Parts: sequence; structure tokens; C-alpha cells
Amino acid sequence: MDATSVLAAINGNIATVGYGLAAIGPAIGVGIVVGKTIEGVARQPELAGQLQVLMYIGIAFTEALAFIGIATYFIFV
Amino acid sequence: MLPSATEDGQFKGPSINEFFPEAILFAGSPFEINRIMLIRFLAVAVLLLVFWLGTRRMQVIPTRFQSIVELGLNFARVNIAEDILGKKDGKRFLPLITTIFFMVLFLNITGPLPFLNIAGTSVIGVPLVLAVIAYVAFIYAGVKKNPGNFFRNALFPPGVPPFLYIIVTPIEFISTFLVRPVTLTLRLLMNMIVGHLLLVLFFSATQFFFFTADGGFKLFGAGTLVFGFAFTLFEVLIALLQAYIFALLTAVYIQLALAEEH
Repeated sequence: MDATSVLAAINGNIATVGYGLAAIGPAIGVGIVVGKTIEGVARQPELAGQLQVLMYIGIAFTEALAFIGIATYFIFV
Repeated sequence: MLPSATEDGQFKGPSINEFFPEAILFAGSPFEINRIMLIRFLAVAVLLLVFWLGTRRMQVIPTRFQSIVELGLNFARVNIAEDILGKKDGKRFLPLITTIFFMVLFLNITGPLPFLNIAGTSVIGVPLVLAVIAYVAFIYAGVKKNPGNFFRNALFPPGVPPFLYIIVTPIEFISTFLVRPVTLTLRLLMNMIVGHLLLVLFFSATQFFFFTADGGFKLFGAGTLVFGFAFTLFEVLIALLQAYIFALLTAVYIQLALAEEH
């Protein structure tokens, strides 16, 4: 068997793997944002309302990266 | 209903073609009406009807329906507009923020609704138009607040050493004037696309497992069915959350444009 013959092949689109990679960062980011908010609320329960608004803004900015990750598949394929 | 299996018994997942159904009226012209357009018309009609009925005969002691409508309007006023912009500016931009909130909400909620099953915001038109409106609104707010200085303050933030403007100005330009509208559009659009694809995947997988797959695989169908229902509830939450986020970010961008030092 020569060195260039294909031994195993998988079908599908490499963009799926790309999206998986793109989701790692935002996932960690959203985790940190929510975790820190919970910490903050545990320390200062009376600030819960304000912290929640800030948390949603933070999540919105962070998760945008993941959605750009999904969109690239539709743009470049 | 699309078949969930091909002729040779392989599972076929949903694709992006879900969002481009056949035209019903005016095929080929720019005014093409398809299923998603009809759902948008329906959602807007329901939105108008709800607010017309809810505010038709307003009483000091509200009826049950009026108090529900007031609850929604109060949420947009107090929790979004006044919370971010303060009393005075909140009142100025309240119509815009309320409109964005309820329009996004009613167009989103058709996604998890049975028999409609696709969100009006899951094709780029609506999110793009709303993002452009938000974009124009925050630039208008900034230019009105300090004419002539808005763009200078946005692109050349004060307090930065002059030689750093080579780096800072392009970054500020991209993040303020390019990334903001793009992410507003993509966040809403992709949430709705992905939500719909997930639901289609779960329910078509259920159909595939029950009617096409053989033996022990039929058991998986029960799991996907349960997950389908769970994610339907999750999509209701996402629909509400995205309406809130869109209105909230519009308010935040306006607030940043109005802030003194920016």
C-alpha cells in the first residue's frame, strides 16, 4: 500500500468543527460573567437587580462571538 | 412536512432551506409572499390587536387584560428605558425602545408556537431593519447631544496619548460603527435560526427513530421527543430574552452616545 492512499474518510463539513472551536471562548466567557454575577449577588443581595442587567449586557456581548461563528458557515460556504 | 429519511433509510437533518419556503403569492417579484411573510403579517396583526384592545377603554382600576398590557409596557418603561437612560432621556426614547421590544417579542414568539413554528425574525430582513433603526437612533442621539463633537469623541477618545490614536481610532471605529449593528443583527437572527433548526432536528429525529429506524433505536425516539418539548420551552425563554436584550442594547448604545465624556 503506498503512502498516499486514503485509509479512512469522513463525510460532512469542516465548518461544524470550526463552530465547535468558536463556541469554546464564548462558553467560558458566559460562564465567568454569570459566575461573577452570582458571587456579587451573594455578597450584596440588594444589588441583584442592577447586577442582573449588567449580566445580560455582558452575556449579549460575549455570546455575539459564538453567533458570528455560526454565521461564518453561511457566509463562506 | 419534510421527510426525515432519504430513500436508503439514512437520517436527513434540517438545512438552511427551511427558511426559504415556496412563494405563495407574487412569485418572482420583489413583493414575494411566502409562509414566513404571512407569519410576520399575522404577528403584527396580533400585536396591533392586543394593544388596541388593551388600551381602548382604559380605567383607573384596570381590567385583567388591561393590567397584563400595562405590565408589559411598564417593563419596557421602567426596566429598560428608565433603568439605562434615566427619567428624562428615558422618556424621549421610550417610544423607540417600546416598539423594538414588542416587535421583536411578537415576531420571536411565533417560533415555538405550534402550527406557526417559525419565527418572523428568522430571516435577515427584520433583524437588519431593526438594527439599522437602532444604529440611526444612537448616532442621532449623540449628534443631537453635542453636534460636531460626537464623532470626534467617539473616534478620538479624550485622555489617550496622541500617538496611540493610530491604534485606538481604527479599533473604536470598527467597534462602534461596524460591529454594533452587525452583532445586533446576527445575535437575534442566529438565535432564531439555531432555535428553529434545533427544534426541527429533535422532532424529525423523533419521527425517524419511531417510524424508520429498527430495533433498539426506537427507544432513542422517546429521548428526542422529551428533549423536543424541553427545548420548545427553552425557545419561549429565548424569545423573551432576545427581545429584552435587543431593546436593552439599543438603550445602552443611546446611553453611551449621550454620556458626557464620550
